[in-house]
Amino acid sequence: MTEIRMRVNGVVHSLDVEPWVSLLDALRERLGLTGPKKGCDQGACGACTVLADGVRINACLALAVQYADKEITTIEGLAQGGELHPVQQAFIRHDGFQCGYCTSGQICSAVAMLAEHAAGMPSVVSGSAARAELTDAEIRERMSGNLCRCGAYNGILDAIREVATP
Amino acid sequence: MTTKHAEVEQRAPYVGRAVDRLDGPAKVTGAARYAAEHPYPNLAHAALVHATVARGRITAVDTAAALAVRGVIEVLTHENAPAMKPAPALSMLNPSTMASGTSVNYLATDEVHWNGQPVAVVVAETPEAARYAASLVRLTYQESPAEVDFAAAEPNAVPQKNNPLQSAGADKGDANAALAAAPVRVDLRFTTPPHSHNAIEPHATTAVWDGDDLTVHEGTQNIAWVRQHLAQRFDVPARRVRVLSPYVGGAFGGKTMIWAGTLLAVLAARATGRPVRLVLTREGVFHTVGGRTPSTQRVALGADADGRLTALIHTSVARTGRVGGGPEQITSASRHLYAAPNIHLRQNLVQLDLVANTVMRAPGESIGTFALESAMDELAWELGLDPIELRMRNEPANNPVDGKRFAHRMLREAYALGAERFGWKERDPRPGAMRDGRWLVGMGVATAYHPAWQLPAKVGVRLTADGTVVVRSSLHEMGMGAATAQAQIAADTLGVPMEAVRVEYGDSDLPPGPGAGGSGQTASAAAALLAASHKLKRSVFALARHAPDSPLRGRRLDRLEARDGGLYEGSAGETYAAILTRAGRDHLEAEAGPGMLGFAAKMLRDRRNWVKAASGAQFCEVRVDQDTGEVRVSRWVGVFDVGTVINTKTVAAQLRGGIVMGLGLALSEETLVDRRTGRVVNASLAENHVPVHADVPRIDVDWLGDPDPTMPLGLLGVGEVSITGVGAAVANAVRHATGRRILDLPITLDKLL
Repeated sequence: MTEIRMRVNGVVHSLDVEPWVSLLDALRERLGLTGPKKGCDQGACGACTVLADGVRINACLALAVQYADKEITTIEGLAQGGELHPVQQAFIRHDGFQCGYCTSGQICSAVAMLAEHAAGMPSVVSGSAARAELTDAEIRERMSGNLCRCGAYNGILDAIREVATP
Repeated sequence: MTTKHAEVEQRAPYVGRAVDRLDGPAKVTGAARYAAEHPYPNLAHAALVHATVARGRITAVDTAAALAVRGVIEVLTHENAPAMKPAPALSMLNPSTMASGTSVNYLATDEVHWNGQPVAVVVAETPEAARYAASLVRLTYQESPAEVDFAAAEPNAVPQKNNPLQSAGADKGDANAALAAAPVRVDLRFTTPPHSHNAIEPHATTAVWDGDDLTVHEGTQNIAWVRQHLAQRFDVPARRVRVLSPYVGGAFGGKTMIWAGTLLAVLAARATGRPVRLVLTREGVFHTVGGRTPSTQRVALGADADGRLTALIHTSVARTGRVGGGPEQITSASRHLYAAPNIHLRQNLVQLDLVANTVMRAPGESIGTFALESAMDELAWELGLDPIELRMRNEPANNPVDGKRFAHRMLREAYALGAERFGWKERDPRPGAMRDGRWLVGMGVATAYHPAWQLPAKVGVRLTADGTVVVRSSLHEMGMGAATAQAQIAADTLGVPMEAVRVEYGDSDLPPGPGAGGSGQTASAAAALLAASHKLKRSVFALARHAPDSPLRGRRLDRLEARDGGLYEGSAGETYAAILTRAGRDHLEAEAGPGMLGFAAKMLRDRRNWVKAASGAQFCEVRVDQDTGEVRVSRWVGVFDVGTVINTKTVAAQLRGGIVMGLGLALSEETLVDRRTGRVVNASLAENHVPVHADVPRIDVDWLGDPDPTMPLGLLGVGEVSITGVGAAVANAVRHATGRRILDLPITLDKLL
């Protein structure tokens, strides 16, 4: 057992975890934060996406002990002062989900993806040459690590586009 | 001015509008709790051990290493597990007898029936300990010869038997003779692979026993089946089983039957005396839950020189498991789509030593339309005829196989509107003639078709003295927007604002809802909701009509309008709240829904008289890389005849979702079974390729909006029709782009090189 202190959604938690416990299991099973979902536990579906110091990661592929000194944000931590994050609002307005199981991951991923783009991170669509305009193809490419089996991709794209284009 | 405007707006029906989902806030904030997310004190975690041979007997069990893992509570095998009752025999009078995914009585037998069958369960204090210990359970097997290769077994298929709900074939005239005599013909053999539902939520069960009372959190498409099946298997009265399923993280047919994980979670909870949660690993889903059968299909079409069909032959082979599964209606669309005077349809089956197959979004029609609609397209090429024109020349007046009346048939309108939206007239009919740089551009069409079903359902409606309405039924919300649709209907029929309506669902303590299957949930619940609302209005009116100071005194119910939260005739009337308050009632309640026998009789009568279905026209544009053969779908238009549309927002989403799943069927999805061992070899979301964001273009969907006169509220069902025809529309577009006819799904680039 290793005692770690984790800062999650602005709250510091003390946890005793075995070194093999994933960040996802620590969040879901130890802290009761079940917003991040376990879809595959193999880093293939993106349903477990959370933010670590603002960067999106697959929590199922991360060990809790590695993230003791990071600021973790889960879907539960995106709304501020009772008001939904603009991406959350846009997902409702544009019907960017059906069953809801991939939604936490899609939203966290979208929030971080917009930040990555704003910081000039390239993608395979635009290459590394110039700072890319956030076209539909860019958004699709950058969101392709988050699977949605209900097929709500058009709604998700519309929601992200709306937030990206004020 | 504002008053008048507000009044008009308030009276405009909710049905037909774009309404945000009622469960939206819960889903975008992570507050929605799925089956594996309910905390219990003292909760234990279970993990499955899967057999590693396809057929045989377990000869030795070694659990010592697993039991030695810290935190392990118990390892259950056939040597020590308490027995469940065997699965019940099928009975037409009790639909829940169809609920069992397989006939195997898990952990009560040393027999292994497929590679991946659960043969042990580890229960531990943590999920990590359970999973690790499961990897340490050692089983020894005596193997028996197993048949697992569909392609090898397929020639030995036997004809499927008819049942009252599904015909295994049809014959009209002499199709073989007509085909032989036809001046123009195509005769094609298609193959489609196994598909997996791949709902993003893996199957999960949280089971809690309190004496003989059982509470189960389970993502399911049929709450009543889970309740009745568990009661039967664990020998307790159904009323003592409570099933909670308010959120289902995707299902697509995969959560219709009861599979091993559900049973074994309940068994483990009973054996250990602890609340138990069992979450299948992603691999475990592939090993314990069936998927769509593979198929081989022959479609042979004969036509005269004008393109009028003279012969239609459609035969199929599908597989079931030796310990469960069932046929699917692969040739169904060929019964209904084309006016051929000679028709021969036949479905055949083989049994293999694999996990039982099961229903998956549009079972039968999704792969059957791939073959039929590809063959129609090929016939159009043979004839040199536009493929839409070929379909219009063969559009039947009555159901082709038996002359029954169509309750609704608007394929001509769907194609006309779709062609306009898509720009079909821009298509250069010559193969390979349209290019965009290195991309060969192709355009294809196909018909979508899915029968309309109504299922038995009960709905309760409660009106409280503060004017709120509660709709109560154990509906299933897998993302269709089921609760939102019923709230819209309730608001309209009772004349209250939607904000005053709450829908309680996903709980077996509620009046039993319809199963979520056959695209029939909304229509089935709507029928009961309308009937219950009518009863409720009668009860409310009964309180008012003799009350001396009620403006409704002496009036007739059939002249009253439900609006503004009450009953009115012209400007006279009063609110429900006023009526209930005066009568000293804090609430009124009504429930409606047919009994099983009456329902079955009506359904069979109905099916003798009518052919009911949703249908549509799918338009696809592909780009095929001239060098690599990579296929990208670049545009899509689907126009559907689904009858009434309740919520334009969720219906559009559901239609798009079916098309997206169809793109996977067309281009990438294939669950690979090892021909030697029967093991699924791509049992992960990394290697089982469902469509991702980058695979999905803008999908333009529309509907004709004409209610079906024979269905509740005019609803024909939305969930499945839109996946049908997609595979063929893609294949036909690829044919146009490249000149190549691909008969074998998925259309991966190796097949185009």
